[in-house]
Amino acid sequence: MLKISGFRRENGQFGVRNYLLILPTSVCASDTAAKIAAQVPGAIAVPNQHGCCHIGYDLTQTVMTLEGFGKNANVGAVLVVGLGCEGIQAEALADKIRVSGKPVDFIIIQKCGGTLKAISAGVEKAAKMAALLSTQPRVEGDVSDIILGLECGGSDPTSGLASNPAIGYVSDKLVNLGGTSILSETTEVIGAEHLLAARFADEKERAKFLRMVKECEGRAIKLGADLRNGQPTPGNKEGGISTIEEKSLGCMYKAGVSPFQAALEYAEWVPEKKGLYFMDTPGQDIDSITGMVAGGATVIIFSTGRGTPTGSPIAPVIKITGNTDTYNNMIDNIDINAGKIITHGATLKDIGEEAFNLMLEVCQGRLTKAEALGHREFGIYRIGWTF
Amino acid sequence: MNTVLHVNEKDNLVTCLKAVAKGEKVELDGKTFIANSDIPKFHKMSIATIKKGEHCYKYGEIIGEALEDIKPGDYVHVHNLASTRGRGDIK
Repeated sequence: MLKISGFRRENGQFGVRNYLLILPTSVCASDTAAKIAAQVPGAIAVPNQHGCCHIGYDLTQTVMTLEGFGKNANVGAVLVVGLGCEGIQAEALADKIRVSGKPVDFIIIQKCGGTLKAISAGVEKAAKMAALLSTQPRVEGDVSDIILGLECGGSDPTSGLASNPAIGYVSDKLVNLGGTSILSETTEVIGAEHLLAARFADEKERAKFLRMVKECEGRAIKLGADLRNGQPTPGNKEGGISTIEEKSLGCMYKAGVSPFQAALEYAEWVPEKKGLYFMDTPGQDIDSITGMVAGGATVIIFSTGRGTPTGSPIAPVIKITGNTDTYNNMIDNIDINAGKIITHGATLKDIGEEAFNLMLEVCQGRLTKAEALGHREFGIYRIGWTF
Repeated sequence: MNTVLHVNEKDNLVTCLKAVAKGEKVELDGKTFIANSDIPKFHKMSIATIKKGEHCYKYGEIIGEALEDIKPGDYVHVHNLASTRGRGDIK
């Protein structure tokens, strides 16, 4: 049995970090939330740029993202901060998160009587939560408790040849040990969907997956533009990736060879049944990672060819590159060099095992390079207009 | 380390694992190709005759179509290879 250590939550889920989340319901509350978090040890505020004057499923998805961050097992307690008049109401959001059983409280800036009083009230509540979290020791968990998010960004041709197959090795091994992993980035499925679709046992889920890919491509076509103006990105092309099909065929190696259980909406909570899932997110890294973490991912493994510093506010992000030059160039950001597969004759299994073992260490408390440098990128994927 | 990587036998393109200079000989499976232009590290070279409009293959799968006739040894990238997907610019 492979063990990890972390925090068993009231609902049975297992976190590998124990953050106090200061969660602004809208952009109007984000600055105040950041000021509260700055005062309290272990507290993290996310910079929410949205939360007001959107409607329909766009609003629903934003609520799901914030709710999922609050429910994520890496979070031990939540203080929701609202302005008071915005579309997403603090008390309602706090109620949704409270279902997970963890301590949740909220403040409303307009009711507090302004910035200073809101910060004062918020710090008072947050400090009590921080003290409570400090009494929770790490306990033993099993590798099957891990929910792993698979990400790639700033890709180059080495991503498809070395680092993504290495991530696929990690994902398959985790799934075989009874854990959960999530492939995302629908844009980067275009051109490879026939290969992934064949791995959905459930016909309904397969059809849902194919609809997600078709709708993603349809959005680019509807704009009357060549998708290649945005995907692959200029850096992908400079690195040697020519088309979205080439990018996608390299990206999909992250999901190894395991069968898919289901296709999830953006920020949809991962079902209890373990295994490999697909989540409908954009290819843009920050929005994609945010969606998976909102869906319950407690650790992310991220491959990059060009190099990127990206982290997450509440989940450790392990960085792996297939490009030895990039590893040497951005060594303060990248944890693992899978470029050794290309340049030093290392096998996929060598690097896959190295990455898997690092993931276990990270799930016992070791900081990733992104965490040690304080990277906490956060972005909500919007699908509608602001009114 | 080989100069190029031929991922799948179906592929008419290979990935250069180092920068290849114009005129440089590239050996692959007993055949010799001569690079028709400089090709940057990790970029692609053709190992077949690919007519305009025909598919280009990597990973054993279609990654797009040739925008012009491509000869063995040609550098293949965005100038002569186009995606067939997400093309809202084509009515």
